[in-house]
Amino acid sequence: MDDDAEIIAEFLVESHENLDQLDRDLVELERQPDSRERLSSIFRTIHTIKGTSGFLAFNRLEALTHVGETLLSRLRDGETEMTPPIAEALLSMVDTVRALLGAIEQSGTDVDPAVAVDPVVAVLEGLLAEPAPPVETPEPPVETPEPLAETPVPPVEPVETPEPEPVETSEPERRTVVDASVRVDVDLLDDLVDLVGELVLTRNQLLQRSLGSADVELVRASQRLDLVASELQESVMKTRMQPIGQVWSKLPRVVRDLSHQLGREVELVMEGHETELDRSLLEAVKDPLTHLVRNSLDHGIEPPDVRRAAGKPGKGTLSLRAYHESGQVVVEIADDGKGIDPARIGAIAVERGVITRDQLARMEQREVLGLIFRPGFSTAAAVSNISGRGVGMDVVRTNIERIGGSVDVASEPGRGTTTRVRIPLTLAIIPALVVGEGGERYAIPQANLVELVRIEGDDVRRQVERLAGAAVLRLRGKLLPLVSLAETLGGAQPAPDEALTVVVLQSDDVRFGLCVSEVHDTQEIVVKPIGRQLKGLATYAGATIMGDGRVALILDVAGIASTAGVSAVPDEAADVRASAGDDRQALLVLEVADGRRAALPLAAVARLEEFAQDRVERSGTAEVVQYRDGILPLVRLAAAIGLPDTSDRGEQISVVVHETSDAAAGAVGIVIDRVLDVVEVAVTASQVGRRSGVSGSAVVQDRVTDLVDLAAVVARSGVSA
Amino acid sequence: MSTSTSTEQLCTFWVADLLFGVAVEEVQEVIRHQPMTPVPRADEAVRGLINLRGQIVTAVDLRVRLGLPPRDAEQLPMNVIVRSRGEVVSLLVDDIGDVIDTAGVDPQPAPSNLPRGVQDVVRGVRPLPDAILLVLDADRAVDVVTAPDTPGGNP
Repeated sequence: MDDDAEIIAEFLVESHENLDQLDRDLVELERQPDSRERLSSIFRTIHTIKGTSGFLAFNRLEALTHVGETLLSRLRDGETEMTPPIAEALLSMVDTVRALLGAIEQSGTDVDPAVAVDPVVAVLEGLLAEPAPPVETPEPPVETPEPLAETPVPPVEPVETPEPEPVETSEPERRTVVDASVRVDVDLLDDLVDLVGELVLTRNQLLQRSLGSADVELVRASQRLDLVASELQESVMKTRMQPIGQVWSKLPRVVRDLSHQLGREVELVMEGHETELDRSLLEAVKDPLTHLVRNSLDHGIEPPDVRRAAGKPGKGTLSLRAYHESGQVVVEIADDGKGIDPARIGAIAVERGVITRDQLARMEQREVLGLIFRPGFSTAAAVSNISGRGVGMDVVRTNIERIGGSVDVASEPGRGTTTRVRIPLTLAIIPALVVGEGGERYAIPQANLVELVRIEGDDVRRQVERLAGAAVLRLRGKLLPLVSLAETLGGAQPAPDEALTVVVLQSDDVRFGLCVSEVHDTQEIVVKPIGRQLKGLATYAGATIMGDGRVALILDVAGIASTAGVSAVPDEAADVRASAGDDRQALLVLEVADGRRAALPLAAVARLEEFAQDRVERSGTAEVVQYRDGILPLVRLAAAIGLPDTSDRGEQISVVVHETSDAAAGAVGIVIDRVLDVVEVAVTASQVGRRSGVSGSAVVQDRVTDLVDLAAVVARSGVSA
Repeated sequence: MSTSTSTEQLCTFWVADLLFGVAVEEVQEVIRHQPMTPVPRADEAVRGLINLRGQIVTAVDLRVRLGLPPRDAEQLPMNVIVRSRGEVVSLLVDDIGDVIDTAGVDPQPAPSNLPRGVQDVVRGVRPLPDAILLVLDADRAVDVVTAPDTPGGNP
């Protein structure tokens, strides 16, 4: 009996796998009805199941697959044409087979009366009877192969059970693909992951010891251990990763069935099926994804006539995209259907009492769309059996959030809806920055990290300001909200310090600076889930185990942002605020070479002078003027920056006097056409126009302006800057 | 003749001067004091996280959970690792007792004048000859939920 149980378990695993393949094959077959290859593959699968079920005395299963097999052999041999009714019947056969397998899994027999086999068999037989003369199976009919002894069997045996002998059917009708994989119990993999974790910790301890050791052999061996352990860890982690395609493989079938049922024409496009994520997550996203796909079909994509009336192709497109983005797996479900009308959503939400009219008025469009995830919200005018029972989207969100993910929806009325599911890489390895606060270490996912900024000395006072209690940092002309990690963790606001370490973080549209006490290093961490006692804390995304065996919490950047009340700032608004910032520079804007603009830092200008043309004298090749009891060397700016010189057209010359830093060298006069303005702007320098004497250009007062490289210009006068 | 509690073998431990018991099936193991990583902003009863052979386990201090006075600073708690709703949680207790077979002692409901904090997590009592054993409901004992700290009003 134990042997039997084992054989049955094996049979179940194998058959389930085969059925998935079968679903794909059948849907594909409908598209290319004459694909011999597919037909053969389907035939083989069913044949294998039939054979084994006969062997194991699963009579109903066998009877069902037998009729199916007969129909399939007709198709394969070209005696019967593939038609939608046939496809339908075959698919329902696959479903029934699956249901029977489920019953076997639960009770060990296939006699579950809840699974109706007869109608399916009848349909299949009807199809067999129709077009071609039924190919009678030569075997003599065996009415009732004896049922399993201990189970009371309701008499549900199909009428016709032509039965090949079990021994005969166990012929090697296997998949031709070489099976290069081994089936492993997931619990075993989990154990391996834990053991490797332990090994890594032990290695770390050993490494620390061996560092101080004089034993060369020990040092060498522990280094080798180090290497091997790291590779082992990586490999073991990979064994838990599975492509998302495994979940998707069921969707073509779902889409096909639903679109038939709903009278939609839908093209399913899937991209990124090879994107891998941890198998535990895979399991968790299966139902939500299926629900979202159903939703798109039910509420999104319109019937063909409606689509054509709206000027869209009758066939709608449903696209699934999976990809890795900033340490997360993103799955996009996009349709080109009718989209979601925020006004309608809002009206319904108010009507159903999900929110008040007042609350609605204060909501942004994005927030209004988010209402569909509220419990009890449903926009379906009529309750269909596909979706629209109002238990859908909130359950989707709950399930996704349970694994630490998020869902959001974007929609353009008339154009379509895109739902984006973000799944964290729980149990995956991610690079992280380790910071210190209050004697503990915290890991920040590298994916959220923009840069590290250290502010010291006077800069702390100049660049960090408090606006009504909120700290902001002036960072390259933009104001960056600052959040103190110590405060976030419930500690006291640290006293203003000599130096400040700011970790600039980004999560979605939100960018802010997190002030931390210490920055340790970056390292690969294994993300581990934390218990449900801590699930309510938005601050943490999980935890990890550090090299010394201690636990460190992983910070949830989005959670910290929302806890601290930092939200997205549109770019323009940030610019406007930045104009009050410190990165603005005072510039002297000049005209040279007949209408060209150049700018000097105002700080470099000592005085502005005008000299009569005739006061210009020569000393060697250089032009000079006598100025304040001394000699002021002159540089024609236009010539110095490679432009035609027009500064001598008037009676007077305009000179910018620049005191060089070297007191002995004195001042230099820079000859320009005229002074245009003094402005204070935030300069965003560009390399465009960079050449000798010009460090680059910038837009000043809406005009492109050369930024003068003062040192280079001064050098032309022969005076060192 | 007995109430819902069918368990007879109880793993016992002391918290302050109270003797508690948890069904042995619910206890995974008992370990010494472990280094802990505190979790700022978590419920007071959550003392920290420990690394149990690569698994991260939340440690719930039963003294805090029961509303009892804190233990002396030099007294290191022991970890009773229990399984609760698919998760592994550590209960921090003062001292470990024996595994007691309570087959001969009928369970009784908890006395109604027990403090709320204790009554909340106790399934019943078994009056032993030399002490009264409080049968702990591990699921409820570890049910320490930290309220979300995000400001309300999210859609």
